Amino acid sequence: MELISNLGMGFDTALTLTNLLYCLIGVFLGTAIGVLPGLGPTATIAMLLPVTFGLPPVSALIMLSGIYYGSQYGGSTTAILVNLPGEAASVVTSLDGYQMARNGQAGKALAAAAIGSFFAGTVATVLIALFAPPLADIALKFGPSEYFSLMVLGLVVAVVLAQGSLLHAIGMVILGLLFGLIGTDVNSGMARFTFDLPELADGISFVVIAMGMFGLGEIISNIEHESTRSVMVKKIEGLMPTRNDLKRIAAPILRGTALGSALGILPGSGNILGAFAAYSIEKKISKNKDQFGKGAIEGVAAPESANNAGAQTSFIPMLTLGIPSNPVMALMIGAMILQGIQPGPSVITEQPALFWGIIASMWIGNFFLIVLNLPMIGLWVRMIMVPYPLLFPAILSFCCIGVFSLNNATFDIYLIAISGVLGYIFGKLKCEPAPLLLGFILGPLMEEYLRRALVLSRGDATVFLTRPISATMLALSLVAIVIVLAPAVRKQRDIALQE
Amino acid sequence: MNPKSCSSSDFWAGIIYMTFGITALLAARDYGLGTALKMGPGYFPSLLAALLTLIGIASAVRGLRGKGEPVSGLNLRAILFIAGPIILFATLLRGAGLLIALPLLILVSSCASAHFNLKRSLLLAAGLTAFCSTVFIKGLGIPMPLLGTWFGN
Repeated sequence: MELISNLGMGFDTALTLTNLLYCLIGVFLGTAIGVLPGLGPTATIAMLLPVTFGLPPVSALIMLSGIYYGSQYGGSTTAILVNLPGEAASVVTSLDGYQMARNGQAGKALAAAAIGSFFAGTVATVLIALFAPPLADIALKFGPSEYFSLMVLGLVVAVVLAQGSLLHAIGMVILGLLFGLIGTDVNSGMARFTFDLPELADGISFVVIAMGMFGLGEIISNIEHESTRSVMVKKIEGLMPTRNDLKRIAAPILRGTALGSALGILPGSGNILGAFAAYSIEKKISKNKDQFGKGAIEGVAAPESANNAGAQTSFIPMLTLGIPSNPVMALMIGAMILQGIQPGPSVITEQPALFWGIIASMWIGNFFLIVLNLPMIGLWVRMIMVPYPLLFPAILSFCCIGVFSLNNATFDIYLIAISGVLGYIFGKLKCEPAPLLLGFILGPLMEEYLRRALVLSRGDATVFLTRPISATMLALSLVAIVIVLAPAVRKQRDIALQE
Repeated sequence: MNPKSCSSSDFWAGIIYMTFGITALLAARDYGLGTALKMGPGYFPSLLAALLTLIGIASAVRGLRGKGEPVSGLNLRAILFIAGPIILFATLLRGAGLLIALPLLILVSSCASAHFNLKRSLLLAAGLTAFCSTVFIKGLGIPMPLLGTWFGN
């Protein structure tokens, strides 16, 4: 079996002592930062990115993936223990998880989340191994016009599935695309939007945008709403679920995994949808309907499985097409480019060890999560209880030093201050920064593909409609827009994406 | 922006989109549009900037029509005490060095919190500065001066 030999190669890469160590450090750091209230996975990864720059590409990406799962798991822990979800997808977990914690069942809730996540992670890893190579084969046949249309489709679906107003999501994507164009144009050598600042000649680093908008912007708005937090539990007991608990969560975990895996591939808020859908389905079909909202263990297991499955399957479009489906994947793509790897379908054939190594490390990372984090829960609780007035100056310090280390430039420190204020203002105006980051990463790529497609077609813009794959993708984009503009669907979307 | 502004978020978001859009349009004026066959460096940016301006207008109009929720005022204190010390840090780093810039960043930003406590912040500044200079500068070798050019380094 090719799959087995491929996975074998992956484990060969991932199981080297150094890569295991980086995976472990990643999972540990990710959880440690991820449990801090108000810091979602995007902010966590943005903050920790500079740590990985000195590593070889495989180790860096393995560590980054570890950070991602760790921060997700940390976010769920915080959602359960203090009812402060760091990202939209954990909101569902906090519904029943926090109630369980209040009932003295915090240990059980955490265990259900961990078991569900581990199972979902295992299944999703296999799914990636199965579906990524054939998808990449198809994508290898893509020309520039197909790529351009694919990116349009990706952005349209991301906009359609974004939280909040459709108009703002489009506005933020375009703003991101424009920000992405700052710097020297590769084709003409002309400096664009640099306003005669030599520091802008190489463009703005995606780390600056992510750290500023997601990290600092969050800090400013957290300080505005500063309040005292109370951790529900002093000591967490009863981590081992009983046989009865396991029986109750088995089916919800399966359903959550299936839903999450499928929806996670979608751009935009795919994994948020997965978590919400999993929760509402369990609420409808569960035998313990009346317990939902009051601490039903199914209400923790299902969305957590969906969340983690989605987190993992969102790697599929990233690894095979080079298209980010959410801000975290946008950061991953940024990190790959920084490491000198051009993300896209050729990664599988040209760097098989890297590709399969990342996939194998996903499973290892999930394994570390379950064996490390439940025993270390005492430490995480202590992290959560660090008072915010101590926490945010420390985060600011790490951000400033981290962003400096990108180019050894103080200019980047000024830039994160600006993008932090912008991020705060956008948050105030209910403009989600996630589409902006997607646009920012895709901006230069889209321009390049558009230009190449038009050169190949000798300036004939109809090439996007006459090539069948490209036309299909543009048609799908159109359908997505039309559907979401239909009043009935719009109402449903608002309900589904509501926090 | 007036802290008591009761205008809707759509309106202000529209103004921001328009500001960026029009600025980009003006800046891209001299980049050369080129033709579809030979896209100039101004082609794609101008297209995007025009789109953004249109979206800005649509958003602002929607805001003026009174739909959408009112936006609460910006918390200038939080902005000032977070962005301010970062800018201060960047300005002082080369000249004064990390040993001075970092404690200042920590102390000044601590004032942003309503629960400011001088003793605690001083301890934090001392601890973090020691940690960062050992781990990041000595350990990871980030080229930041501990003491900067003002001290003859």
